[in-house]
Amino acid sequence: MPRISVTVDGIRYDEEVEPRLLLVHLLRDRLGKTGTPIGCDTSNCGACTVLLDGRSAKSCSILAVQADGCDIVTIEGLSTDGTWHPMQRAFHEEHALQCGYCTPGMILAAIDLLHDDPDPSEETIREGLEGNLCRCTGYCTIVRAVRRGAREMSRDQEGAATS
Amino acid sequence: MIPASFDYVRASSLDEALATLREHGEEAKVLAGGQSLLPLLRLRLAYPGTLVDLGRVEELRGVADRGDHVLIGAMTTHYEVVTSPVVREHCPLVALATATVADPAVRHRGTFGGSLAHADPAGDLPAVARALDMEFVARSPEGERVIPAADFFLDYLETALDPGEILTGVRVPKLGPGWGFHYEKFHRTAQAWAIVGVAAAVRRSGGAVEEARVALTNMGPVPVRAIGVEQAVRGADPGANGALRAAAERADEDTDPPSDLHARPDYRRHLARVLTRRALLAAAGAA
Ligand SMILES: Cc1cc2nc3c(=O)[nH]c(=O)nc-3n(C[C@H](O)[C@H](O)[C@H](O)COP(=O)(O)OP(=O)(O)OC[C@H]3O[C@@H](n4cnc5c(N)ncnc54)[C@H](O)[C@@H]3O)c2cc1C
Ligand code: FES
Ligand code: FES
Repeated sequence: MPRISVTVDGIRYDEEVEPRLLLVHLLRDRLGKTGTPIGCDTSNCGACTVLLDGRSAKSCSILAVQADGCDIVTIEGLSTDGTWHPMQRAFHEEHALQCGYCTPGMILAAIDLLHDDPDPSEETIREGLEGNLCRCTGYCTIVRAVRRGAREMSRDQEGAATS
Repeated sequence: MIPASFDYVRASSLDEALATLREHGEEAKVLAGGQSLLPLLRLRLAYPGTLVDLGRVEELRGVADRGDHVLIGAMTTHYEVVTSPVVREHCPLVALATATVADPAVRHRGTFGGSLAHADPAGDLPAVARALDMEFVARSPEGERVIPAADFFLDYLETALDPGEILTGVRVPKLGPGWGFHYEKFHRTAQAWAIVGVAAAVRRSGGAVEEARVALTNMGPVPVRAIGVEQAVRGADPGANGALRAAAERADEDTDPPSDLHARPDYRRHLARVLTRRALLAAAGAA
């Protein structure tokens, strides 16, 4: 069996994997990272989104062997020292979830879209999240949360730059 | 679902990938971004014995300006294509259409070459390849050959590539000054595939249309050029009431649109005419 080495939420893992093992199953079943849910079987819903070398990817549509050598961030790796990531806080404060099933993927996709546009318009947010489906909220609060998270992230960065 | 078992080889060079394909014969399949192949494996609609992963073959990746054309490496991701300054400047139609493919996460992984080699009739890039007369560069252990877009797409999910061949890159001719472009896609939900799509390139001189290229997505098992429209639109004044509309009425000539849960053939024919009018107007700068 192929041996792979991946870094997940800052910790390095060396694993023997069957080639057909999906990344999402490696994360959930082997590494216990059940914060990453599986929502569909068709690569459509985005619930399983993680950051792979910094950019969003659907972990149900990637083989674990393809991720060999990569750095992976899941929803479980976003907080630092018990403090939530600003985007997590914004989702909480704007009530951007009901059942919460889509939320890990939404938050990671939202952080990803800020790479290309740190101050996104409503339209940019809606397009940036087109690969993430939510069957509860109707998206309005999600869009508001991403605007808020973006503002707080740039404020944090300015703070870091001037201090 | 979990895919059926297969062997996996990660190629580190094109030559290694070709040798592995040869060794394993028809049982082997190339893995690019996996954004079409993995869903197929998970639904158990494909049973390759061996997957040859091109993900780390750096020589297949990137965009190069080659004077009269732009060479896009097969393993260049959709995201890299959309954000490439060379593509945006010299092949804007490719950037416009690629930006409509799937969603950001899929565009980070899915590749330009994979989309074309997959030859899904609902895929957006094959019609663009036909409209721009792209050339497909294929390698086998015997050497290289170049396949014109008109000969590349043979049938539903079937191309002129031989099983042991790898698409290494695609040459996109630069059309020169005076051209306008548009890709018009009709789909019901944000990240969905095209029910019908229209790729249009229009060159105007003075006021009138001098030349146009129009190709259709999902109006048959392979992408088609709307030759009737291209002829009818020549000399038309985009400002004149109805001139482009009349030309667009010929969009569904010689097409063979599929019937599926999204649309019946007659509805697709209607869409082809309406979307072609919109695409022509936008490409002519008259929308
Ligand atoms: C949710 C979702 C929505 C999508 N929506 C759209 C859409 O709207 N429009 C659209 O056009 N596409 C869409 N796609 C498909 C996407 O564009 C894929 O990226 C593309 O079809 C396949 O590219 P890939 O690199 O992932 O190829 P893979 O999935 O790795 O391979 C696809 C096929 O091509 C073969 N192949 C790949 N590369 C080569 C090569 N270099 N030489 C020879 N054979 C090769 C493989 O063997 C396989 O048979 C969507 C996909 C998903 C998951
Ligand atoms: S579970 Fe991965 S996209 Fe739905
Ligand atoms: S909160 Fe339930 S799916 Fe989004």
